[in-house]
Amino acid sequence: MSATTATTGRKRTIVERLTTSWLYIGLIGIGVVSFVRIITDTDDLTGAGTIRAAIIATCPILAAALGGLWAERAGVVNIGLEGQMILGTWGAAFFTYHYGPWVGILGAALLGLIGGLLHAVATVTFGVDHIVSGVAINLIGAGAATYLAEAIFPDYEGGGPRQLNGLEAPAQITIPGVSDLANSIADRHWFVVSDIASVVQALTTNISTLSLLIFALVIVSALVLWRTSFGLRLRSCGENPQAAETLGINVYLYKYVAVLVSGALAGIGGGFLALVASSGFSNGQTGGRGYIGLAAMIFGNWRPGGLLAGALTFGYTDSLRLRDTQSVHSLLLLVAIGLLAFAAWRAYKRQVTGALVVAGAGVLVMAWFLLTDSVPREFTVMTPYVTTMFVLALGSQRLRMPAADGKPYRRGSAG
Amino acid sequence: MTGRLKSVALALLAPAIAIVLSILVTTLVIAAVGSSPGEFWSTMFEVPKPRLRVDIVNQTAMIYIAAVAAAIGFRMGLFNIGLEGQYTIASFAAASFAGAAYLGGFANVIASLAVAMLVGAAWSGIAGLLKTTRGVSEVISTIMLNAIAVTLVGYFLNNYGVKEGNTVHTKNLEPSSTLGGFSPFEDRDGEIWALSIVALLLGIGFWVLLNKTRFGFDLRASGQSESAALASGINPKRMILISMMLSGAVAGLIWMPALFGGARNYGTSFQVGLGFLGIAVALLGRNRPVGMLFGALLFAFLSVKSNDLTFGTDVSPSIVQITQGVAVLAVVVTYEVVRRWRTRLEQRAVSRELTGTTAGATS
Amino acid sequence: MPSAVDAVQLRGIGKRFPGVVANHDVDVTIRPGTVHALIGENGAGKSTLMKILYGVQRPDDGTIAIEGEQVVLKSPTEAIEVGVGMVFQHFMLADNLTVLENMVLGAEKLHGIGDGARTEIRRISDRFGFDLDPDVLVERLGVAARQRLEIAKVLYRGARIIILDEPTAVLVPQEVDALFENLRELTSAGNSVLFISHKLDEVLAIADDITVMRRGTTVGTADPATATKQELAELMVGSELPSPETEESTVTDTVQLSLSDVTLTDEFGRNLLSDLSLTIRRGEVLGIAGVEGNGQAELVETIMGMRIPTAGRIMLGDEDVTHWHTRRLREAGIGYIPEDRHRHGLLLDAPLWENRILGHQTRPPSSKGMFINRRGARKDTERIVADYDVRAPGIDTPSRALSGGNQQKLIVGREMSGDPVLLIASHPTRGVDVGAQAAIWDHIKRARRAGLAVLLISADLDELIGLSDTIQVILRGRFVGTFDPAKVTPQDLGTAMTGGAA
Repeated sequence: MSATTATTGRKRTIVERLTTSWLYIGLIGIGVVSFVRIITDTDDLTGAGTIRAAIIATCPILAAALGGLWAERAGVVNIGLEGQMILGTWGAAFFTYHYGPWVGILGAALLGLIGGLLHAVATVTFGVDHIVSGVAINLIGAGAATYLAEAIFPDYEGGGPRQLNGLEAPAQITIPGVSDLANSIADRHWFVVSDIASVVQALTTNISTLSLLIFALVIVSALVLWRTSFGLRLRSCGENPQAAETLGINVYLYKYVAVLVSGALAGIGGGFLALVASSGFSNGQTGGRGYIGLAAMIFGNWRPGGLLAGALTFGYTDSLRLRDTQSVHSLLLLVAIGLLAFAAWRAYKRQVTGALVVAGAGVLVMAWFLLTDSVPREFTVMTPYVTTMFVLALGSQRLRMPAADGKPYRRGSAG
Repeated sequence: MTGRLKSVALALLAPAIAIVLSILVTTLVIAAVGSSPGEFWSTMFEVPKPRLRVDIVNQTAMIYIAAVAAAIGFRMGLFNIGLEGQYTIASFAAASFAGAAYLGGFANVIASLAVAMLVGAAWSGIAGLLKTTRGVSEVISTIMLNAIAVTLVGYFLNNYGVKEGNTVHTKNLEPSSTLGGFSPFEDRDGEIWALSIVALLLGIGFWVLLNKTRFGFDLRASGQSESAALASGINPKRMILISMMLSGAVAGLIWMPALFGGARNYGTSFQVGLGFLGIAVALLGRNRPVGMLFGALLFAFLSVKSNDLTFGTDVSPSIVQITQGVAVLAVVVTYEVVRRWRTRLEQRAVSRELTGTTAGATS
Repeated sequence: MPSAVDAVQLRGIGKRFPGVVANHDVDVTIRPGTVHALIGENGAGKSTLMKILYGVQRPDDGTIAIEGEQVVLKSPTEAIEVGVGMVFQHFMLADNLTVLENMVLGAEKLHGIGDGARTEIRRISDRFGFDLDPDVLVERLGVAARQRLEIAKVLYRGARIIILDEPTAVLVPQEVDALFENLRELTSAGNSVLFISHKLDEVLAIADDITVMRRGTTVGTADPATATKQELAELMVGSELPSPETEESTVTDTVQLSLSDVTLTDEFGRNLLSDLSLTIRRGEVLGIAGVEGNGQAELVETIMGMRIPTAGRIMLGDEDVTHWHTRRLREAGIGYIPEDRHRHGLLLDAPLWENRILGHQTRPPSSKGMFINRRGARKDTERIVADYDVRAPGIDTPSRALSGGNQQKLIVGREMSGDPVLLIASHPTRGVDVGAQAAIWDHIKRARRAGLAVLLISADLDELIGLSDTIQVILRGRFVGTFDPAKVTPQDLGTAMTGGAA
């Protein structure tokens, strides 16, 4: 392999570096977005308001995706994220009402963890099919949150059978100097610079501490799972539990821990929905975000950086549907450029049919952009799901899920 | 004969334990929030009023159709979690087609049912194709297809539906295409929808298909052991695609009794969640036609009867969702436990039989 | 060089599984700093013995002494603690983790999971010539490198006694030489190796001592300096089997199956089968001898249409069936007794009568048109149960509940029904008791007299010699010799199977 790199020379290394470093990808991405913003004259595309909304939409998806990561890295598929998230919304509301927002977040985590415990008992101890258990937990989660809300919240101030409003939110942070400076640069609408400034502004102005916590959890998860022996053992259970067993690792224990953490993270995602994304609990407010989290994790190839990118993408599109349709329409151009770039990359890698399919899709989206003036709201709602389907269909060889993910494992099956 | 009795008893053991467990959990939850479990159970176990009895039959029919759809996948070893999306988009398509009244009277009904099945099969076929050609897990793809279906239907409804005040729906059926039903009690107690009969026919059809036909045998064999199925000459990819589409086609019929019975259009009257209930009931009834019938009846009874709770008790009707969920989880866990226990019993029996032989082989 | 204390002493080891004695009265002594070969046929009890030494299974009788100390090993962890490590035949590696991660897993306390571990891995790798890069994903490694990683894993944990389970089964000759080079390095550093194999020339090339196992016990030791392959093969095979009697030939002139230059390649383009040609006439039993994993399974799957050959032609009677799939071939009259009856031959949770239908879904008496003929299938199952002496409470019993021999008799009965023209029998008497074995032999002989063509694959050389009209030896996907069973001895076959001069 080293021989081929040497012969094709410098050109390849530049392309490789540009496509492998997150920093470059990020910069190129922002450049393209900025270009589209200027071409289509929709400053809203990267306005601080949009970015702020995008961050808020990203956080619950991100927390769920992280939950998925923990469980699946240990080999347990957790379709129950949705149910655990729903439990989290209720837990956050109940505990915040009584003890304030930080205990509320712990409560959200606790309720999610209970959902995770159910899943772990069913799948790890009893070897029930992971999907079956997940579906049951989603039913239980939805039912429990609905019932408990109806039974308890009507007696509370600001509460009713289907909601609990006026909850105290976790503190927000503003970094005074940076925030103002970024604001003034963002307003100039310069190419790239202003776009980055918008992001900085959104991150330094009235940002919820819970958002910061969830972003921090991505880094913490990455470090724990990839830089500690605990994480190594946990991942080995998802890759080859029999091998782990022959090396004296208690596979059940690691799977339990992973699924419990998974549930707690999904619960925190639910808590975010109740405390930060809106001003209180309302029934059914997860709206399938547990599933989108799962999709973001798959999109991100079961890796923390990847799922962060997935969650940001889905969060961004999710936030756009709340804004004017013009910016969504400009997004079509962005998608078209993205697809064509991806097609070019595939052509460069000599995957001709793949390149043609993607290029065809790119041309279609481009035509859509040129021939229409707006995009129906429903199409933005569909984006995460359609994207995931495409990623799965086109990139299934490149996706690398843990080798023993979803497979039943019983102690003593090694050797 | 005693062997048979024993196996029946073993088969009933798991659901029995599951029901006891779910009753226990429900009682605990009710007690935990300070309501009276006694009041709850006495209300639930009262004989339902005629109107509710009619509702229970109608709900049973729809849940049962969903369960059959799920069971077709399960028996093949496929998890069609996309029933929800399949019947949503199929119901919308059928309602639009029926409302457009290209055909009159009963022909319109038959054609609309065909549309529902085709659309359902096409939607699940996407997942089937992705699995056979690209190796994409049907679980993930159908979850995505669920969300896409719901949004897509919303889009079509908003743009091409009939607006009436705050609501949107498809064109109403012409009276000649509504089937009504039959009223076992007074008129005001409502009707059992004519197309509820579809559930019965599907149940029988499912049983015949599974137990009497070569296709059904191939399907069960594939579900039990893919390697043995392959060695016996079954083409696994073809089976996956066919059974996935068959499951989707049946899913397309889930809401049809309501459409032609009382709803008359796709709009606010559309009932969501039947797909997931169907999956739950299929699990509860172990994918067996009769087992699922009891499961569907139980779930329909719980859902409908819980409406009585709003009068006279302070327990909210949504408690039955917990009961249903716990029942499903408990049943799959207990089945697994019973299965392991049974395997141990069988192994012990075999080893007893073999004692004395000393072959050197290990396996 | 040899010190006073033996590295391993196994005395009187016995292990019983439900209904089967896997090991009894096993005695093995391994001297320190040597390669000790343990040889025996498949099913001779080698695997069980290794698992006992590595703490995976606990012996019912006997004692284990490691470097002079009596030990009781309850788990692999405890085995590692006393210095015993094992390399499984099926590697225990996680593909998606790096070499370093696989290495330190479970032993993170020794050198951490960072640079300390990296240094230690490099040290081991350099010391023994393993050529391992700590930061490469295991999925990128070839088979030989994976094996070196497994050995390094064991050394990393401080093992001084290393068990290798058929390490050469997956290697090509050059890799075998390299492995032996590594093993010599290991022993010169004072480690002891228990080398399990049934390839005699390899054993003679590497071993310092040899112990032979047969039927669950150790039957002798040999000195590789003086022993010959013939002597070892004799010890391995023994001659206590109730061997099937050869009968007079019933071979006709009508060719029933012919393969010409059939080649099968895997996804990486490597040849699994190379230019195989054979013919089987009506009334003929063609036996295939070979060490397991030399292409027998692929040959069977190719004839059965579960794999389509890359090149060559397969004729069934007068018809070209090269591209036919399984069902069509079965309908054309091929019966199939698969090697692994649990995976390929039975629906374990289905009743006997449904198992009668499996593979015969499209033919009477199992089906009528599109429908399953329940009554016909049940009636025919009763017939099979009676004629083939399948001991079962009834035809509604799930096949899982039957003993191995009775499961196999059911399969034989099923595959013999419907007048097949060709029977593919893969290890038809593996894991069945002596009574069932004799019965199955009788059925095959009777069918042969009636004009059936049979392809028989077996690891039991006496079975092959007793039943076959001709024997072909397969080695690395090629036929390397044709033998007349009337004249050949198991020893001759053994030599050809292991690549020695015929």
